[in-house]
Amino acid sequence: MDLLLFGIPALVAIIGAIAMLLSRNAVHSALYLLLNFAAIAVLYLLLQAPFLFATQLIVYAGAIIVLFLFVVMLLGAERDEETTHANPWQNRGAFVGGILLLVELCMLYVRNPGTIPVSVDMNNGFAAPAEVAKALFTTHLLPFEIASFVLLTALIGVVVLHQRRS
Amino acid sequence: MTWFDILILLVRCLVLALAAATLFAYFTLFERRLLAKFQHRIGPNRAGYIPLPGGKKLFGGWLQPAADAVKLFLKEDVVPAMADKWVYILAPGFAVVPALIIWVAIPLGTWPDGMGGNWLHYAPIDVGVLYLLAVTSIGVYGIAIAGWASNNKYSMIGGVRASAQVISYELALGMAILAVVMQNSTFRTEQIVIDQGTMWNIVPQFLGFIIFLVASTAEVVRSPFDLVEAEQELVGGYNTEYGSMKFALFFMSEYIKLIAMNAIAVTLFLGGGNFPGIDTLVASLKSSNGETIAYAVQGLLTLGAFLLKTTALSFLSVWVRASVPRVRYDQLMHLGWKILLPMGLFNVVMTAVCGVLFPTDSIIVKVVMGVVGLLIVVIVSATATPKHAKRGVTLVNTSAGN
Repeated sequence: MDLLLFGIPALVAIIGAIAMLLSRNAVHSALYLLLNFAAIAVLYLLLQAPFLFATQLIVYAGAIIVLFLFVVMLLGAERDEETTHANPWQNRGAFVGGILLLVELCMLYVRNPGTIPVSVDMNNGFAAPAEVAKALFTTHLLPFEIASFVLLTALIGVVVLHQRRS
Repeated sequence: MTWFDILILLVRCLVLALAAATLFAYFTLFERRLLAKFQHRIGPNRAGYIPLPGGKKLFGGWLQPAADAVKLFLKEDVVPAMADKWVYILAPGFAVVPALIIWVAIPLGTWPDGMGGNWLHYAPIDVGVLYLLAVTSIGVYGIAIAGWASNNKYSMIGGVRASAQVISYELALGMAILAVVMQNSTFRTEQIVIDQGTMWNIVPQFLGFIIFLVASTAEVVRSPFDLVEAEQELVGGYNTEYGSMKFALFFMSEYIKLIAMNAIAVTLFLGGGNFPGIDTLVASLKSSNGETIAYAVQGLLTLGAFLLKTTALSFLSVWVRASVPRVRYDQLMHLGWKILLPMGLFNVVMTAVCGVLFPTDSIIVKVVMGVVGLLIVVIVSATATPKHAKRGVTLVNTSAGN
C-alpha cells in the first residue's frame, strides 16, 4: 500500500518531466510541467507536509505555469522554432550533467544503502504552518529576509523598466 | 484504514459530486427565473409543474434543468478540425475537477459521527484555507487551455484574458482570506467556523468581506467581470468552439465554482453552519432524546443554515448580474490592482495591529474594526473612479512607415 501510494505519484512526476522535455509544443510542455508539479505536491502530502503541498500548488501550479501559459499564448510562441540560435553545447552539457547527477544518486545508494530514506523526526505536526513560520522567523530569519529583499528588488525593477519604456 | 472505510469514503465523495451537480442544475433555474423577474419577464415556467386544484400551477418549470441536460446530451459532439485534439478534450475536465474538489475542505455543517469526525466535512486538513486558495488558483486552467486548444482567435483572446484576470484578482482574494486567518489565528476551516459562534467574521472583517465578494466574482469570471466570454466582442469567448456535453461541463464548472465561492464566503465571513438557537436546541435534544437523534438534528439544521446563507449570497450574485454592466478591461485591472489590493493590504495591517494591541477578543474592538471597514468602503467607492481610457490608441501606425 505504501509503495503503491509513493510509486504512482513518483512515476507520474517522472513521466511528466520527461514528456515536458520531449514535447515540441510549448503549451504541451507547460501542461506536462503542471502534471509534474502536481505529482510532486502529492509527494509532499505523503511526507506529512500539507503546508508545502498547498504552497506548491498555489505558487507553482497556480501562478507560475499560468504565467507561462499566458506569455506563450500572448506571443503565439507555442510552435517549436528552429533551434539554431541556441548554444550548441547546451544539449550535450545538460545531458552530461544529468548523467552525473544520476551516477551520484546511485553511488550514494550503493555506498550506504541503509540511510538513503533519511528518517526525519516526524513528530506530530512538524511541518504544520505554525512550525514552518516559527522556523522561518527565528532560525532562518536572515535568509528569509534576503529572499524577500531580492523579490522586492525584482518588483521595483519591473516598475522602473516600465517607466522608462513609456 | 480498511476496505470498508474506503468504500464509505467513495460513497460520500459520490454523494458530494452528485449534490454539487444538482445544486448547479437548480442554480441555473434559480438564476433564470430571478433574471426574468428583474427584467419583467416570466422566465422558464413550462417544463413540469405540480397541478393544484383550481387550475393553479405550483413550481412551474422545475423540470427545466432536466430538459436542458437532455438537450445538451443529444447534441452532436464535434471536435474542430484544426483544434489541438487532446488538449481540447482535456480542457472541460480541467475546468470541472477543481470546481468539484474544492468542496471537500468546506465544512457544510456539523453532524458529528460520534468518533470525533464530522459527516458534513470531508477533509478536515490543517491547511484548509490554503487548500481552498490552491484549488481556486488552478481553476483557471480549464478556461485558458480551452481558449488555446480551440485554435480560434476569439477563444484565444478569452483564454488570455482569463489567465491575466485570475492572476490579478488572486492577490486581492488572498489578502481578504489572509486577514480572516489572522483574525481567527488558524488555517483550519472548521475552527474558523467554531470561532464565529459568538460573532460572525463579517463584523470585524467587513472590509475583507467586500473585497472577497468582488474578487471572488472576478476569480470565477462572472458578470460583471465576464470579459472572457463577452459575447459582443468575442462571440462566446473561450467556449466558442465547444458544443454538446463539453460546453455543458464548462457551464457546470462556472456555476459550481460560483456556488463554491459563495460557500467559502459563508464559511469565512458568515459563520458557516452557525445560527442562533441551534446549540440550545441540540443541547436540550441530547438530554431528552439521546445523542444520535440530537446529532442528526444538529447536522440537518446546520446544513440548512449553511445552504440558506449560501442561497442568500447566490441571490446577491444574480442581482449583481442583473444590474451591473460589464466593466472595461482597463477598469478591471484598475479595480484589481489599484483599489482592491491596497484595501486588502490595509485590512491585513489593521487586523494585525488590532490583534496585537487588543489580544483579548473584545466585542468593541471588533465593532470598531467593522465601522472603520465600512467607512473605507464608502470613501473608496465614492472617490476612486477609474480614469477614462486613453483615447486615440494607435493600432496601426500608417504615417510612419510610408
